[in-house]
Amino acid sequence: MGPYILRKLLIMVPSLLGISVVLFTVLALAPGDPFEELATNPNVPPAVRAALRASLGLDDPVWQRYVHWLSAMLQGNWGFSFVSRINVDTLIWQRLPVTIVVIGASQILALLVALPVGVLAAVKPYSWFDRIASTLAFIGFSLPTFFTGLLFILFFSIELGWLPFVFRADISATGWEWWWEHIKQSIMPVAVLGLAQAASWMRYVRSSVLDVIRLDYVTTARSKGLSERVIITKHVVRNALIPVVTLIALQLPQLFGGAIVTEQIFRIPGVGSLLIDAILRNDTPVIMAVTFVLSALVILFNLMADIVYGWLDPRISYR
Amino acid sequence: MQERKLRALIEDVREGKLPRRSFIQQMVGLGLTAPMASMMLMHHGIAQAQTTLPYKPTKRGGGGTLKLLWWQGPVHLNPHWATGTKEQEGARIFYEPLAGWDADGNLMPVLASEVPSAQNGGLSPDGKVVTWKLKRGVTWHDGQPFTADDVLFNWEFIKDPATSSSLVSIYKDIKVEKVDSHTVRVTFPKPTPFWAEAFVGTSGMMIPKHLFAPHIGAKSREAPNNLKPVGTGPYKFADFKPGDMLRGEAYANYHIANRPHFDAIEMKGGGDAISAARAVLQTGEYDYAWNLQVEDEILKRLETSGKGKVSIIAGGNIEFIQLNPTDPWNEVDGERGSVKSKHPAFQDKAVREAMGLLVDRKGVQEFIYGRTGVATANFLNNPERFRSKNTKFDFNVDKANQILEAAGWKKGADGIRAKGNAKLKFVYQTSVNQPRQKTQAIVKDACAKAGIELELKSVTAAVFFGGDFANPDTYQKFWCDLQMYTTTMTQPDPQTFMEQYCSWELAQKANKWASRNISRWRSDDYDKAHTAAQSELDPVKRAAMFVTMNDLVINDGYIIPVVFRPRASAAGTKLVAPLSGWDNDLWALAHWYKEA
Repeated sequence: MGPYILRKLLIMVPSLLGISVVLFTVLALAPGDPFEELATNPNVPPAVRAALRASLGLDDPVWQRYVHWLSAMLQGNWGFSFVSRINVDTLIWQRLPVTIVVIGASQILALLVALPVGVLAAVKPYSWFDRIASTLAFIGFSLPTFFTGLLFILFFSIELGWLPFVFRADISATGWEWWWEHIKQSIMPVAVLGLAQAASWMRYVRSSVLDVIRLDYVTTARSKGLSERVIITKHVVRNALIPVVTLIALQLPQLFGGAIVTEQIFRIPGVGSLLIDAILRNDTPVIMAVTFVLSALVILFNLMADIVYGWLDPRISYR
Repeated sequence: MQERKLRALIEDVREGKLPRRSFIQQMVGLGLTAPMASMMLMHHGIAQAQTTLPYKPTKRGGGGTLKLLWWQGPVHLNPHWATGTKEQEGARIFYEPLAGWDADGNLMPVLASEVPSAQNGGLSPDGKVVTWKLKRGVTWHDGQPFTADDVLFNWEFIKDPATSSSLVSIYKDIKVEKVDSHTVRVTFPKPTPFWAEAFVGTSGMMIPKHLFAPHIGAKSREAPNNLKPVGTGPYKFADFKPGDMLRGEAYANYHIANRPHFDAIEMKGGGDAISAARAVLQTGEYDYAWNLQVEDEILKRLETSGKGKVSIIAGGNIEFIQLNPTDPWNEVDGERGSVKSKHPAFQDKAVREAMGLLVDRKGVQEFIYGRTGVATANFLNNPERFRSKNTKFDFNVDKANQILEAAGWKKGADGIRAKGNAKLKFVYQTSVNQPRQKTQAIVKDACAKAGIELELKSVTAAVFFGGDFANPDTYQKFWCDLQMYTTTMTQPDPQTFMEQYCSWELAQKANKWASRNISRWRSDDYDKAHTAAQSELDPVKRAAMFVTMNDLVINDGYIIPVVFRPRASAAGTKLVAPLSGWDNDLWALAHWYKEA
């Protein structure tokens, strides 16, 4: 086990390096620069823009900028945003709590919906319940979140006027009111993200339960005269969940990356909207930091999924 | 002739025959900005109108929270770095200039006790010295007094090239001295007709010396107050999350009595323009939304909910088409679009004239922009009701056909007109933007009827305006026959704005296309007029020169103005928010209030 993890960790290094090289080159080749607005402003002499570019090292060759960025990153210095001149880690820390809460809540909601519905649908396949659940699931994952988001806003905010559609991270109220306000504004984004996720997870749960439920040991348990509830919860679901757990583990880095489109629609100040703003403003240090951390997390959670998989299923060995 | 007419009008105002307001409107009609017209009157000793902003509340505070929605939120709060209006607006909540521009182009003193004029000795007769008297009893939010030293410091801060301020060109050549604790003297190197730029409006917000002094020049990035402003404004800083939320609370010792009305202010950033309009006009969640670049049809539909109204404010932005005077397709001295070459078709004035007749500006206004784009014949800002007498526009396909026919451009077998080797087949480029693509289509249709074929090309805005000199598709390179975009006038005086037709500003390979004359149009008369205007002290003569420049550009036919684009914003029905097209939206924030 030890050598296996060590080897995997060592493999991470070149893949992360590769990712960062690709990201950096693509960003360097992309058109535009953070001082675009200066270029169209007649008040600003081109010399000022040139001086700004030079002071941020934007005129150096790409490889030099990359080496510079990499050595700073290795020392834990993430650099500062070109447009706001704030340290990138400060920016990310400001946005992270909201993203974790909103995305986390939506993932929990997705689990709470997908698990029972998927299991029930599999226990009685092709029943009315299964058919309705499957149809809804297909609709759920075929509709993009930006569309359902807008539908929700039109219906709940504009037609009915029940829920606000501008998300505010700092609510001045205290106590219960604070909680109530937060819950009220989170309902729509969490529902949009959670239900879309639940739809696809429900399909996975259903098919993996279907695989397990036909196995001999389940029939044995049944012939022992165990109650159906015990069979499902103790014997079927536990084994059926192994592939689902890996799937969820791989989804976890999203807690960091946020949901770009949904955050934009509901004005959630999360990492996703930070990333899209940075992209629109060509703010390379922020784009690099967010995407790089995200890819590091994906690789890391891949490794963790591998390990968890072995722990759940002792038949798998690491060599 | 121009000059004499203007003088007569000014005399009429002096004698009271012509109301001041209508004089300014007439000047705007001639293509001048309102602030310029107002300065003309001031120069002739006619006191400017006192700006009176409506204000009903009789005490400070009590208005609750003012909620502003900025669909692109500010990312820092140092006004001297502001590259776009969003940062300027964010900073304007806390910082104030010596004076601001009202909607009629009058200067309204803010941190100054009065606007400098010849009568009060603020302006020297040679046009080189301006003396500002500062308001007494103004304090920064931390209790320190605001004095002449602060004004001096702002000048030093901006002019230092290492600070890389976006305002450096305004401050680098002037000299500022302290006369006494509340008087400063600004000296210009040469007679300067338009002096109200430094310390005024968007380019004049004052930051405190006692907090920024250790962070001047290259160290300015580390100043902690870049994110925690301490100003003199109506609201003091509470909290800031870049790009997301900016909060402030009423400043108890604000220097104007009974203001501000609101107890707190919030500026929420993020999202898109349409949903911002919706949050103000349809649900009323927010009180004010800025810069609504939304089709007028949608705005009108949202307005029917009755929760808010759209304000349209005139500014100086113009959407226009350039016909390339140079040959974009063949290299001359290793350069496409070289200024040494001539466009094969557009060098014939008849073709240019026909092109001008084929742009259906009325249609573009009616079907695309609505209230947010007004058809115009002039290049210098010009609302339609005060249209200049010198220029006019017309949409007439038959006339265009006749002109082309008379000039010898005959239709070929394919229906496209040609003469010699030149064919009327052009590439027409613009940035990707729905109204622009619709405009392109309208022009293409009309041209097809006159035997001109247009190939439409749209380039992503990031590339088109990106200024990457290695990219062939930028608007600076202009490697096609026609192009269209909006040019923005960022200051009330047109001198810098009109530099975009001076021959010394020609964008070429030698200057990496970074110069401002992108259209590559030039004329010796224009150059002469612009040079003369730079040092002409008599505002009337100078105004006449700008009118002439405008006419020179328009009458040559290479530049086809399409619509003039005012700024649109939305406010709740009860909010009283005085706006101005010559300053920030928040220029009079202290005077905002809500009707009971």
